[in-house]
Amino acid sequence: MPHASLARRITDFGNRANPYPLYAELRRTPVLHEEEDGPYLISSYYDIEALLHDPRISSDATNLAAAGADGPGGPEETGGLPPSFLRLDPPEHDRLRRIANTGFGPPHRPRRIEGMRGAMREIVTELIDGFGDARRVDLVDQFAYPFPVTVICRLLGVPREDEPTFRTWVDPLVASLDPEKRPGGGQEAEYRQSAQEARMRLGMYLSGLVEERAREPRDDLLSDLVNSRGPDGAMTMMEVLSTSVLLLIAGHETTVNLITNGMLTLLRHPEVLGRLRADPGLSVPVVEELLRYEPPVQLVPQRTCITDIEVRGVTIPKGSRIWLMLAAGNRDPERFEDPDRFDPDRRDIRHLGFGSGIHSCFGAPLARLETQIALSELARRLENPRLVEDPPPYRENAVLRGPRHLDVAFDGLR
Amino acid sequence: MPADHIERLRREGRIVIVGASLAGLRAAETLRAEGFAGDLTLIGDEPHEPYDRPPLSKSALLGVASPLRTQLPRRREIDAKWRLGVAATGLDLAAKRVRLADGDEVEYDRLLIATGVRARPWFKEEEARLDGVCVLRTREDAADLARRLRAGPRRVFVIGAGFAGSEVASACREMGLPVSMAERAGAPLVGALGGVVGSVAADLATEHGVDLRTHVTVTALEGDTVGRVRAVHLSDESVVEADVVVVSLGSLRNTEWLTGSGLGAGPRGVACDAGCRAFDFRGIVTDDVFVAGDVARSPHALFGYQFLSLEHWGNAVAQAETAAHNMICDGADRRPHLWMPAFWSSMFGVNIKSVGVPPMGEQLMITQGSLAERRFVGVYGHQGRIVAAVTFDNARWLEFYQRQIERGAPFPVEFPTLDRRPEGRQPVPAGFPDPSLPTHGPMVTLSGYSPADQQLVFHPSRH
Ligand SMILES: Cc1cc2nc3c(=O)[nH]c(=O)nc-3n(C[C@H](O)[C@H](O)[C@H](O)COP(=O)(O)OP(=O)(O)OC[C@H]3O[C@@H](n4cnc5c(N)ncnc54)[C@H](O)[C@@H]3O)c2cc1C
Repeated sequence: MPHASLARRITDFGNRANPYPLYAELRRTPVLHEEEDGPYLISSYYDIEALLHDPRISSDATNLAAAGADGPGGPEETGGLPPSFLRLDPPEHDRLRRIANTGFGPPHRPRRIEGMRGAMREIVTELIDGFGDARRVDLVDQFAYPFPVTVICRLLGVPREDEPTFRTWVDPLVASLDPEKRPGGGQEAEYRQSAQEARMRLGMYLSGLVEERAREPRDDLLSDLVNSRGPDGAMTMMEVLSTSVLLLIAGHETTVNLITNGMLTLLRHPEVLGRLRADPGLSVPVVEELLRYEPPVQLVPQRTCITDIEVRGVTIPKGSRIWLMLAAGNRDPERFEDPDRFDPDRRDIRHLGFGSGIHSCFGAPLARLETQIALSELARRLENPRLVEDPPPYRENAVLRGPRHLDVAFDGLR
Repeated sequence: MPADHIERLRREGRIVIVGASLAGLRAAETLRAEGFAGDLTLIGDEPHEPYDRPPLSKSALLGVASPLRTQLPRRREIDAKWRLGVAATGLDLAAKRVRLADGDEVEYDRLLIATGVRARPWFKEEEARLDGVCVLRTREDAADLARRLRAGPRRVFVIGAGFAGSEVASACREMGLPVSMAERAGAPLVGALGGVVGSVAADLATEHGVDLRTHVTVTALEGDTVGRVRAVHLSDESVVEADVVVVSLGSLRNTEWLTGSGLGAGPRGVACDAGCRAFDFRGIVTDDVFVAGDVARSPHALFGYQFLSLEHWGNAVAQAETAAHNMICDGADRRPHLWMPAFWSSMFGVNIKSVGVPPMGEQLMITQGSLAERRFVGVYGHQGRIVAAVTFDNARWLEFYQRQIERGAPFPVEFPTLDRRPEGRQPVPAGFPDPSLPTHGPMVTLSGYSPADQQLVFHPSRH
């Protein structure tokens, strides 16, 4: 069999449990271009960081479509919704993101996330109490998934009971982020269609709630989105919908993986787990190091360059697709000392876990707080926790990477 | 044996730092971090341990932070002798001694000069003494001004629309105080960023309710019978009543104590080489006197080896670290201070950042965003190269432009960028005033090649 390309080996499910050796191989050719029409893979920390701040690199879905990489958000497959700010360039990106932020963070709502701390703790306590007399749980289904979903529902103002309904639309959307399902992956047409349909249905579902909030605002993010009248004006109804779809999905999947990857890593490093049990404050550096060591978003496959650019002496022609391999950059020995070591005492830890630049993760403050609370409470309450299966089974997705199940055995609850 | 000598210096040498503020503290910490085990003395004329200044014109005025609580965080123990509240008054280069105001003398093997700058006072002494006439450099200045602003003056008058003046005006507006600001040039920030960007700053100020008066100078401050300031007289014959006047006319370098020492020190600062070693007045580099921070004037390879005086927080830190490193190293182990000039400010709700040396640029291109929206990236060009960039509410792109400057990328910027508008396709004159005319305290001043240039004098005719 001819040697499979590195890009294919990375997206190949067989390497999901431990892609890091592949990333190390990748970094030996920091700008890797294996096939004509294929993407340029960027794997070193400094190059990724530079490209995330490069105004010649576009996230615009239409530019990408031109580069032959339609995904959800491509012009003809947005399910009738305009692209979210994640798939737009300035100035549109900036405007939408700013409006979205007025309901989310400083300066207008500096305490919105911090103010949810108590509620988050309650949800976590309830979920852990819910383990009951069990001595073994699937941490994904029983904890890491329901927790952030409950939080994002509450934040947006989406009824928690509807979760089983919208989950059927979220799943295909998330799956379609996987480059395996992209052109060349073999199953593109099917996935594209189902993603498009899912996005449309999710949008329709949310439009009902948004209309309610327009009439009768409440203290939630949907109300803020639909009623914002700042210096940037208001979002159109369609913009409100695509923004809410984005927030609902992003708030849905990334944190699940961060918490699960986190618990897996802690169980593999019992001494850190022990320290965290004794000192919940350690959760802050633990989560930062996790974002470096096992980031949920492994790569950003949605960039293209609007002109020829040069990276490390290689000219990437205008219109080429670029994959920014965040997880590879996070383990770049050029940037981090002893990068394959999980070390929450690291002092210099400017990781790429949330990306960087104008598209840096919008939900970062929320994800940080959720994961800090989740991990410190699990550490505190589970007696003698241990992994049942190592490595655990993984989700298919190479972009949003994390265990599908994480069976954990323990002796009881504290 | 030079190697031996350095070993001894590191083990049991005596290092004296004059100026116990940002640069002084960071230098002391670096010395210890790099293994200096000898005697370390910090001399500072202010009675406080090192504190931070940028909040003084921002949060401290608004009452968000107390001006008395801006201590600089310590990075590590420095185990130093502190001589606070006492000024250095003289330097004997040959005997390697610093003279202090209390008559004491301190001997050194290596000396670091980090005496910074002070606010340029109002030029008529009597008027400067009027109650209500303020400057803003120290903690006490900020506490005093904050108190006066809280008392609800009928009007505040800011003389000079540089960064500091504009920040004060912005704070006043945020507190709902009527404020006037006078500027000799055609707009605020002209000295630092040029007329094109300055006009954006002018719109910002006026839209936020600042009574901005440009192309005028203040000719006199008038007091009432009990010695409180009551009005400001302008060169256009107008008179503005105000009970607080903030003099924001740039700074003077604290070099008087070096007069007669033989160092190349004067009104433009202490000249040094790229390794932070001070020059003597003949232009010959010393080997045991180093300089860092606002008081230093050093050549920068990226900018034609011009001597730059930078009143920038980040420069003070980086230069202090380099100076400290070089103080306890020899020859090839020494490093040049190659810090990329960078500055930030915030006013009227806008975040302003710049890298490089904008006043060096003759031309400007708005490569992203638009001046009209006050959200943009402006790139400055000098002789076919990018030499600086400024962002208004667009800081995340700055890193990219910094790299372009470092690489000497060509100007005009020919490649397309995201969010490039038609207005940004052609360069325009950046609109800096004629460099032969003095301006009100630009944050960056460029001077010629001569390190012992002591010819600059203050021109009262400007006001
Ligand atoms: C209000 C204000 C706002 C600012 N905002 C910003 C900003 O937003 N961004 C930015 O980049 N920079 C800003 N700066 C500039 C920044 O604070 C300076 O660049 C920095 O403080 C320089 O540090 P330094 O140690 O070189 O000098 P200084 O901080 O001036 O310290 C010098 C010290 O030496 C003392 N001294 C002087 N003469 C003697 C003597 N003979 N003997 C003993 N001690 C002596 C002085 O009293 C002083 O304590 C601001 C400055 C001010 C005043």
